[in-house]
Amino acid sequence: MTEAIVSYQDVHKSFGDTEVLTGIDLDIKPAEKVAVIGPSGSGKTTIIRMLMTLEQPTSGSIIVDGKNLWHMEKNGELVPANEKHLRQVRGDIGMVFQHFNLFPHMTILENCMSAPVHVQKVDKKEAKQLSIEMLEKVGLGDKLDNYPSQLSGGQKQRVAMARALVMRPKVMLFDEVTSALDPELVGEVLEVIRDIAKEGEMAMVLVTHEMEFARDIADRVLFLDDGVIAEEGPPSDVLENPTNERLQSFLHRFRSS
Amino acid sequence: MRNKFKIKHGVQKGVIIISAISDIFPVLMQGLGITIQVLIGSIILGYLMAFIAGFCRLSKNPIVRYLTTFYVEVFRGTSLIVQLFWLFYALPILFGIDLGSDYLAGVLAIALNYGAYMSEIVRGSILSVAKGQTEAATALNMSSFQRMRLVIFPQAVRMMLPEFGNYLIQMLKATSLVSLIGMTDILYYGDILRSSNLSQAPTVYFLVLVFYFIMALPLIWLTRKMEGASKKGVASQ
Amino acid sequence: MNNGNWQWDTFFDAFPIVLEGLGITLGLTIATYLFALIFGFIWTLLGAIRVKPLKWLFRWIMEFIRSTPPLVQLFFIFYAWPMVPVVGFALDPFTSAILGLGIHFSTYIGEVYRSGIEAVDKGQWEAARALNFSTGHKWTRIILPQAIPPTIPMLGNYLIIMFKEIPLASTIGVAGILNIANSYGSANFRYLEPLTIVAILFLVLSYPSAILINKLERKMNRRFDKKEPSGSKPTKEKEGAVS
Repeated sequence: MTEAIVSYQDVHKSFGDTEVLTGIDLDIKPAEKVAVIGPSGSGKTTIIRMLMTLEQPTSGSIIVDGKNLWHMEKNGELVPANEKHLRQVRGDIGMVFQHFNLFPHMTILENCMSAPVHVQKVDKKEAKQLSIEMLEKVGLGDKLDNYPSQLSGGQKQRVAMARALVMRPKVMLFDEVTSALDPELVGEVLEVIRDIAKEGEMAMVLVTHEMEFARDIADRVLFLDDGVIAEEGPPSDVLENPTNERLQSFLHRFRSS
Repeated sequence: MRNKFKIKHGVQKGVIIISAISDIFPVLMQGLGITIQVLIGSIILGYLMAFIAGFCRLSKNPIVRYLTTFYVEVFRGTSLIVQLFWLFYALPILFGIDLGSDYLAGVLAIALNYGAYMSEIVRGSILSVAKGQTEAATALNMSSFQRMRLVIFPQAVRMMLPEFGNYLIQMLKATSLVSLIGMTDILYYGDILRSSNLSQAPTVYFLVLVFYFIMALPLIWLTRKMEGASKKGVASQ
Repeated sequence: MNNGNWQWDTFFDAFPIVLEGLGITLGLTIATYLFALIFGFIWTLLGAIRVKPLKWLFRWIMEFIRSTPPLVQLFFIFYAWPMVPVVGFALDPFTSAILGLGIHFSTYIGEVYRSGIEAVDKGQWEAARALNFSTGHKWTRIILPQAIPPTIPMLGNYLIIMFKEIPLASTIGVAGILNIANSYGSANFRYLEPLTIVAILFLVLSYPSAILINKLERKMNRRFDKKEPSGSKPTKEKEGAVS
């Protein structure tokens, strides 16, 4: 068995008095594609936001490539991580957001180049070439000098993916990336994700409502309910023959709608 | 006969006004330099204060935050003219700072006053850049300094522009106060002319107003430009 | 000038004397404010004129008043107006201050009214027309009841702003707190303490008022279903001084 690239160990998360996640244990292998489904408010998004360091776990630990994400060692003791430590560990992770979050004051090309140039200190020329390559891959090679406001939702999301991919992350997180799109634009975005998935070398965690898509692309599906992983397994098991009652009714609601 | 007299009288009056203007204009011009110097000093120092205080109010350090809030509230809560007199008299007494010139007191008062107001704009603009922007920058593994420099600040500045433009004109108007502490600006020379010949007062003060308005025109134009520029490229909540 | 540090004796000696001017300062504030409220309405009406050259003319007169110093305008009213041929007549300092500062700020107040009216939903005008309201009824029953409340916090802000500009009147001899403090200063060669008293008085009066108006604004926004000011553009924090 290969070593997990990401490992959640008894992770809890509360917002104020409400406990959203009550003990998550999860290993993600390199190149594995994991889809996370579940009713809204079940904490799906929180799981990946904690991995991206946008949300701090209340307890438990997350290990990324053998390194503890939220804690670091100091004089032989584990203490809360400082920014430097977080930056070292999260460098392997990329994320695409529901609302794209492109930088509106930068062109498409600048959006993609900003992180390689300033964070990875890649040579500007090289970063530019890499960014153009990536934008061509998502089908936007002709929009380099446009601003995000000039693009459709689907195009924006494709730029957001290119921007994350340029960093060559080992793990890519997708947070309901099609939820904010008009129905007719969903297809083009899913197509790009499929292409990325086919290349294979990168682990992917997709929080999604697209069941068909999850079945297609995922090696494993997690059903999150009531703060825990209520059921998991290959899509054929979880989506076709669910054992969990809540999962059954959840899927039923999706089929009927 | 009567008509002829009327015309003659009218012409005479016109000549008097024109000659008055040609007398007054060069005198007022002598004050232009000081007014512009005070304006430029106030603008530079005022914007500087605005950014420093604006950032300090967002600091994680509570002492820095409270001290800045104190500064901002005191200067927003009192009058500029009171601050000007206070600095003019208090600086030498309390801090033993002999300014030598009144320039520093004038510029300091205007800059501290408007800096306090504008720091609120700086703070408000930074806070109103959408949260998703910070998150996206974090996801690209930027440091907190890079997030501010590359992502938040450039967008916040666009939001500040229209208000900053308005304050340019406010600061121009405020420079007229320095005549009250003896600086020889446009209004100072206007007052001298008025006290030497009270009947000239309408022409004198009208010309002074015109001077200020002509200086305000480019600032008004700039403000419009800044409003236009701010409409592009911002993601707000 | 008498040098040396802070003197508490002077402070306590000057305090009651300076305080005597507070009535005048507050009275002048109220009078000027009321004048600006009324005169501002005239600007709003003039702004509605459809004849292009006239509209343009009033627009530039307003711009002229707005972008030139109120101090100079004050001097114009007090010193120059009596000298203007035919129409001019002498005014006492108090009246000059009401006119000079009142006219200056009325240009801002007029804008507030205009923004309030423009903010009323277009559908409301159409509804009033559809219901065949008379012009008078349309304004008193439909438009103004909706246009006025959202402007109240803004108008409140201008009251505070004007309060802080009122000491300009000391320059033409209105015996408010700043004027008295300066006279005390020149008589006793101590300016620091009386001026500090003036600053404290301003702070004590304007700071709580500002907080009050802030609260009122939030309440209004909730009632009219608007976003909290924190989330909207920073223009909401426009409590700018208008020297």
